[in-house]
Amino acid sequence: MADHDQPPRLAFHGVTGVRGGRRLFAGLRFTLAPGDAALVTGPNGAGKSSLLRIAAGLLAPAEGRVEAPPCALMAEAAALDSGQTLEDALRFWAALDAVPEPARRVADALTATGLATLAQVPVRLLSTGQRRRAALARVVASEAPLWLLDEPANGLDAASVATLEALVAEHRARGGIALVATHTDIALPGARVVAL
Amino acid sequence: MVRLIARDLRLAWAGGGMVNPVAFFLLVAILFPFAVGPDTVLLARIGGGVIWAAALLAALLPVERLIGPDAEAGVFDQLGVRGFSMAGVAAAKMLAHWLSFAPPLMLAAVVAAGLLGLPAVTLGRVELGLLIGTPGLAALAVATSALIAGMRGAGALAGLLMLPLAVPLLIFGAGALDGGAGALKLLGAVSLVLVAGAPFVAGAAMRVAME
Repeated sequence: MADHDQPPRLAFHGVTGVRGGRRLFAGLRFTLAPGDAALVTGPNGAGKSSLLRIAAGLLAPAEGRVEAPPCALMAEAAALDSGQTLEDALRFWAALDAVPEPARRVADALTATGLATLAQVPVRLLSTGQRRRAALARVVASEAPLWLLDEPANGLDAASVATLEALVAEHRARGGIALVATHTDIALPGARVVAL
Repeated sequence: MVRLIARDLRLAWAGGGMVNPVAFFLLVAILFPFAVGPDTVLLARIGGGVIWAAALLAALLPVERLIGPDAEAGVFDQLGVRGFSMAGVAAAKMLAHWLSFAPPLMLAAVVAAGLLGLPAVTLGRVELGLLIGTPGLAALAVATSALIAGMRGAGALAGLLMLPLAVPLLIFGAGALDGGAGALKLLGAVSLVLVAGAPFVAGAAMRVAME
């Protein structure tokens, strides 16, 4: 059971990640407190995505232990039903997140990511960058204290990257935690760097 | 859980999921008289079996669509992050799949029975058998779909994997046409085993695919 007295934190205790029999990283230790952020950097195939999936609880660490609060994951795949309008597709996930007032939160998240005008457009008609922003909007709409962003800047234009940086900063200001895997430059002031 | 079922039903509906299996089912039922000749007595005798074989093939039709696309789109990742167990997700998929094909199929079976000239008694037994057997078919379809998700040539593999496992359902389903209560009970038992086991098989396959 989660301990509700303590503030949420993400802690890796000597975590070793193995994928396909190959050791990606070993004995990884770090702790992120509310308001903290970390950039996971490293070349392609270094295990950035695996690290995020371990933090999300989707992948079991080969060794070690992970303490993680409820999280929202922005992965490579958008997981939005292509036939639905953007707003409906996001509302489905907001309803599963059981956030209060899901409709309003989705509308706010669409505005925050600059997608408000596309709310009624079917997901299949969105461009790659718009889909990435939609995946970001799902993270924004959730109330998860931990954001796990896997290459969030991929496919985004400069203005959208600035929006992303602002949203992460806002999330941290509210006491949220962000773990961002990236191979491009994303400005996260005061963020720790986990180099793989 | 209810939301997942509703979503799957919506996707099945949008993909023509309810029309396709039913049309396919009726087509198979129509093709048989052409193949064996318009002998009313013969058709009435084999008609029940034809309906069962057609139902089996119709249940197999959407197998590729059940799990694979969701796994690829990262839907299971997002559900996993939200604390859903994959066995639970598979159970929801089974129920949704059953709802999307079994009731329309049972209605279509009435039409097929008319085309094949089945007596009312046989039709009643077919419908009862389908009611008991189709949950097992749905379970088998979801488990198969989870096992083949992401593989090349998944469609052909699905048939090879699912049809042999569906043989017990076919045997007892067709066996119940003679009015044997024992066959119905065995059909129920097979169906129950499949329904109880499939979510765990499918869930395990989905978890492995996620890693």
